Amino acid sequence: MSTTISTVALGDDIAALPRARPAPPARRRPPLKLAALWPRVRGWLLAWPVPLAVLALWQLAASYQWIPAQILPAPLTVAATFVDLFNTGELQSNTLISLQRVLFGFLTGAVLGLALGVAMGLSPLVKDYLYPTFKAFAQVPSLGWLPLLMMVVGIDEALKIILIAKSTFVPITLNTYKGLQGVPSSYIEVAKVYGFNRWQMLRRVVLPAAFPPIWNGVRYGLTHSWLALVGVELLASSEGLGFLIVYGRQLYQLDVVLAAVVVVGAVGYALDKILALIEARLLRWRRDAF
Amino acid sequence: MTTSNASTSPLWLLHPARVPKALRGWVIPVLLFTWWWAAYRFAWTDSELFVPLSKVIETGWRMSASGELWHSLGASLYRMVTGFVLGTVAGLIVGALLGVSRLFESLVGPSFHTIKQVSLLAWIPLISVWFGLGDPAKIAFLSLAAFFPVVLNTFEGIRSVSRDHIEVARIFAYTRRQVFTRVVLPSATPSIFTGIYLALIYAWLATLGAEYLLTSGAGIGNLLVDGREHFWMDQVLLGVIVVGLVGFILNWSASKIEARLLSWRGRSVAQF
Repeated sequence: MSTTISTVALGDDIAALPRARPAPPARRRPPLKLAALWPRVRGWLLAWPVPLAVLALWQLAASYQWIPAQILPAPLTVAATFVDLFNTGELQSNTLISLQRVLFGFLTGAVLGLALGVAMGLSPLVKDYLYPTFKAFAQVPSLGWLPLLMMVVGIDEALKIILIAKSTFVPITLNTYKGLQGVPSSYIEVAKVYGFNRWQMLRRVVLPAAFPPIWNGVRYGLTHSWLALVGVELLASSEGLGFLIVYGRQLYQLDVVLAAVVVVGAVGYALDKILALIEARLLRWRRDAF
Repeated sequence: MTTSNASTSPLWLLHPARVPKALRGWVIPVLLFTWWWAAYRFAWTDSELFVPLSKVIETGWRMSASGELWHSLGASLYRMVTGFVLGTVAGLIVGALLGVSRLFESLVGPSFHTIKQVSLLAWIPLISVWFGLGDPAKIAFLSLAAFFPVVLNTFEGIRSVSRDHIEVARIFAYTRRQVFTRVVLPSATPSIFTGIYLALIYAWLATLGAEYLLTSGAGIGNLLVDGREHFWMDQVLLGVIVVGLVGFILNWSASKIEARLLSWRGRSVAQF
């Protein structure tokens, strides 16, 4: 199921960028048995040798100064810097600012995207008028719009919110529209046989059937908004995680850069995980209702 | 949908549903361009942001005649293609290994999935320290951008090969090589192609990012940054249009090639 959704999502649009295939909805775990536990333990154990070896080699390379610290600081130095940044509160304050921006931009883009997607998905008239313009707009990636936006709105908060909203808006609109279009006509026919009115049709047939691709769009949107945030903060910001990276880079403090990169990865992961959990919850509810 | 008494009103002709279907898509662009033209023509604003369309065309003509546009576009595309090819080849190899060998997957998979989480552009400052600001750094970054989607989709494609198919191949006593070329590859191809297609799109996005952040040399991204710094709206608009066109052409040609390569799939399904 998920493969078909992601090809719909990415079918023909430049702005619909990749994301890992969504996690399958959480299954009820079978009762734990020692033998059943083994593959998981084995997987867990096998995951460690490679990263540990890399880290050990890296630490060795740094302590024997095979590589200068300005090029690659030792992992222990990075960890110490991480703790330092955490203790001074710099890390938290910058992360918070970045999260705020993503939240505002994402919500704006998501609301607009859902509205336009639903409008185009349900009304062929709206689609005829708006879809070509939307398509043209979506051909230029967010980063392409950035210089133009900087000229029009300056480099304040507005720039960040608009850019993040734009990168959220495109995948959500597209997936919502395609999701609604993709509702099998046989479902509609059955609903007609049962004499559903327009509202019932929407509430009980169209929305549940279109939910997975729409939600997929929401997850793409969030991934994109995080990508756009890092981009805009690297280019034009005096606060936030992206700024921390640029700042560390300018001072040749790669430990700061690496610490910030780790946080960027962790937050990106957490954001996607949160949506995956919500998805599992929503789908479970749906299944229970049947 | 339409109101019944609309025919008595003179506005009836302007009702959205009355516009021929083929023209509907043009209404909004035409309105936008008219508004833009009017804003300049009637001097509603003296902002330098409202350059007339004619000036954008003129700039495009001038830069294309002087070769600057083609030089920048060529430099960008050269980087993109090089990075794309390097990243895709590396991605195919790693993805295939991850897909074929459970052991390799257990060893490397978790690390790969962890590193993948880092937002792509965050790599640029690190890469700039390791590779400098020139073409090597940009190409390294672009290949990284292409690498991740190819690995993921190749891996998924190979893993989704049905066990039944492999068993049938065993019955026919296929060698390992035959199993790979005749069973695994054909069923993994659609997913692999999705990965390559995404890599192409990602590489183009990353080209822009790399050119913004590693501002040395020529490129479409540099053209945009330059235009913004000098407040040349015409150059920025031209850059946006070129970026959109390139993206469109990449998309279009990739979907054509995909349709062609996978045409056998449509036929085999239709037989049933």
